[in-house]
Amino acid sequence: MTETTMSTAKPSMLRGFDLKTAGPAIALLILCVIGFLLNPAFLSEGNITNLLTRSAFIGIIAVGATFVITAGGIDLSVGSMAAVIAGVMIIVMNSAVDTFGTGVTTVLIGCGCSVILGLGAGLVNGLLTTKGKIEAFIVTLGTMGIYRSLVTYFADGGTLSLNYDIRGVYRPVYYDSFFGLPIPVWVFIVVSIAGWFLMNRTAFGRYCTAIGSNESVAKYSAIKVDRVKTLTYVIQGLCVSLATIIYVPRLGSASSSTGVLWELEAIAAVIIGGTVLKGGYGRIGGTILGALILTTIGNILNFTDMISNYLNGTMQGLIIIVAVWLQRGDWGRNTSAD
Amino acid sequence: MPDGQSIGVPILSADGISKSFGSVPVLFSVSMDIRAGEVHALIGENGAGKSTFMKILSGFLQPTSGHIRLDGVDTELPGNGQSEELGIVLIHQELNLAEQMTVEENIFLGREIMNRGVLDRATMRAMVRGYLDDIGLDISPEDRISDLSIAQKQMVEIVKAISRDARVLIMDEPTAVLTEAETELFFAQVRRLKARGTAIVFVSHKLAEVSAISDQVTVLRDGQWIGTHAAKDVTPDTMAQMMVGRELSDLYPPMNEVDVDADRVLDVRDLVAPGVHNVSFDLRKGEILGFSGLIGAGRTAVFEAICGLTPREGGSVAFDGAPANFTSVAAARDAGIVYLTKDRKEKGLLLGQKMLPNLSLFALPKFVKGLSVDRKAEDAALERAIRRFDIRARDPNVNVGDLSGGNQQKLLLAKVMECDPRILIIDEPTRGIDVGTKQQIYHFIAAIAAEGVSVVVVSSEMPEIIGLCHRVVVMREGEITGVVTGDRINETEIVRYAAGLKREQQQ
Repeated sequence: MTETTMSTAKPSMLRGFDLKTAGPAIALLILCVIGFLLNPAFLSEGNITNLLTRSAFIGIIAVGATFVITAGGIDLSVGSMAAVIAGVMIIVMNSAVDTFGTGVTTVLIGCGCSVILGLGAGLVNGLLTTKGKIEAFIVTLGTMGIYRSLVTYFADGGTLSLNYDIRGVYRPVYYDSFFGLPIPVWVFIVVSIAGWFLMNRTAFGRYCTAIGSNESVAKYSAIKVDRVKTLTYVIQGLCVSLATIIYVPRLGSASSSTGVLWELEAIAAVIIGGTVLKGGYGRIGGTILGALILTTIGNILNFTDMISNYLNGTMQGLIIIVAVWLQRGDWGRNTSAD
Repeated sequence: MPDGQSIGVPILSADGISKSFGSVPVLFSVSMDIRAGEVHALIGENGAGKSTFMKILSGFLQPTSGHIRLDGVDTELPGNGQSEELGIVLIHQELNLAEQMTVEENIFLGREIMNRGVLDRATMRAMVRGYLDDIGLDISPEDRISDLSIAQKQMVEIVKAISRDARVLIMDEPTAVLTEAETELFFAQVRRLKARGTAIVFVSHKLAEVSAISDQVTVLRDGQWIGTHAAKDVTPDTMAQMMVGRELSDLYPPMNEVDVDADRVLDVRDLVAPGVHNVSFDLRKGEILGFSGLIGAGRTAVFEAICGLTPREGGSVAFDGAPANFTSVAAARDAGIVYLTKDRKEKGLLLGQKMLPNLSLFALPKFVKGLSVDRKAEDAALERAIRRFDIRARDPNVNVGDLSGGNQQKLLLAKVMECDPRILIIDEPTRGIDVGTKQQIYHFIAAIAAEGVSVVVVSSEMPEIIGLCHRVVVMREGEITGVVTGDRINETEIVRYAAGLKREQQQ
């Protein structure tokens, strides 16, 4: 059966399909070649490891965002959510020192707290959107402001710093390696595989796509639309909490400037990866490549003097616009061929 | 009033039009003359090439060969709706109105009347009010399109065309979603336009309407021109035969009598829901139960309430004797009751997706093995469904939106049947599909009932209710006004109940 469909499919269709899914991969490859040509040290083991570690935060958050966007939603609150979770984690761990000491237990309490906060914050976004019937853009714009101001309030306008001894215990989560790869990269890999499986192999992933394509059809097809949509925000919250868990040991502090613009970088990674912003089509693989592309641009600019590092945002912006333009061109070709 | 045999030069004529998409020919030398003051119906099965032909007549597509003549002069019509300036207006089936704007804004969209650089709203409003009065349409120029009924939107499209001095008005299935009363109003307007000398081309699957309103009928089949006749010379039956190319005596399958002792599977008592007042009926195993009535009589609301799509406010539903209060579609599906929507494009199918995810979506839990969806089982199901329901697609990977309406409907039927239902509720089983596919759908429904599934057919098309159902429930304004059985199932009887002229006390 599979063989016959393969052979009857028109070659032109196959090529178009390949080009579309392979687009982000080709773009990343080209960026790597450019990086290498500008400075061979770009491909050194140290730099690649650094690049992957840096991608992990945005990448993990973007995997969650892929679900939200595929199901037709949007979550603008993730950056502020990460900041407030980091802040609360630090406060909780610092105050747990008296009871539990400066050992692993305290760090685990902090991590547990992060996961609970992430799930809770996601649930709030989800329920306000589905049960409250408020547009996701508005809900998450609101929670974005709330979370951001909460972290500023907790830090009293300054910086929350993690107890120095706990920092020593927690530090390896960001800085240590396991089988040659830093731990954040491992977390990124596990989240990516889990996300890919969830999106492409389970009924849940199918439901997200269906809801993003047409909510009425989903409703009439016995899909519990509100529940699935809420779950996408909960998944997003969980991803944010995981990213925060590996982010906190990096600096050991949180302030009102933690995670600024992460929401836009995450959405950008999702869109560059080929997921459609209005929903109905999501690609986890593309999202991961999108996150890598965004980090690679910044990394290349660090390596060369040709373009100022301050223009990082400009380059990222250009890449996003070009990526979406290319996708549009592809859609256009599809419709005109029919 | 011209009587269909007008002479002189046609306004618009197509001469030997052929069209191919790539290497696929869809029209073969089709000719048609469109004359002033004449209603010219274009009929044919889905996929016969009507849409393509209409697009060529209105300049949206260019023919591969053949000529278009405007007032007798060879013309290459400009594309992208520019032909409107030549007086040729196409009204698409999916209406082309800006939902959030007012009637007035829509009618003058793109050619607003300005006064010193500022919109002259007073003049425009007065003009629109004039048009609306003229057409006898009881809406205000300031009404928002989203607040109008479909019929009113259709009228606004026509007003828009009139305001552009359309000489040729081409309409794609304008009556498909109109009630009988709305259709009458619409036809009155068509007659008025005709009297003014506008040429009208319209496509419809409702052959009785074609007989009632047209002067000329052109039939297409498989891209070929089959014939053009004066409407008064052909009956709906002959039209159907010309469209299909075979006798249609077996349009409806032979009726299988239901066993009188068959189990009562569904028992609805005093159901109250939005738009439904105290509805009671029952359904037996293997029975085909018709639900007739005017559009808006509350038929759909009854079944949406039973299937958990809308909240129920009162009454009881028993399934196999046990209370069945479904709060979600999933619960109803798991119990074995499925509802097939009448709105296949908005509520039935994901048009941007392929056939496979559409087919398995409703019954997806059935396809889950362990944690993941079993792709092999899905492939097998699709292959089975294509065979069982004769779904014809160029290739199994096309987007469902690119399938013809008939094939979409078959896929939708296959989709709900994947749940192995014991009660199947089909709302408007054959809306907007051609007579050949209709016949197939009727046979599928009969076969499903013969297997012991109880089927409810909600339909506004009287012939299919009469031809298909064992028993017919008639509704009016949210209530059941009568139930007709056996020999009493005929059009006059049903219409009497539907129009409120007759009413039977429920036992």
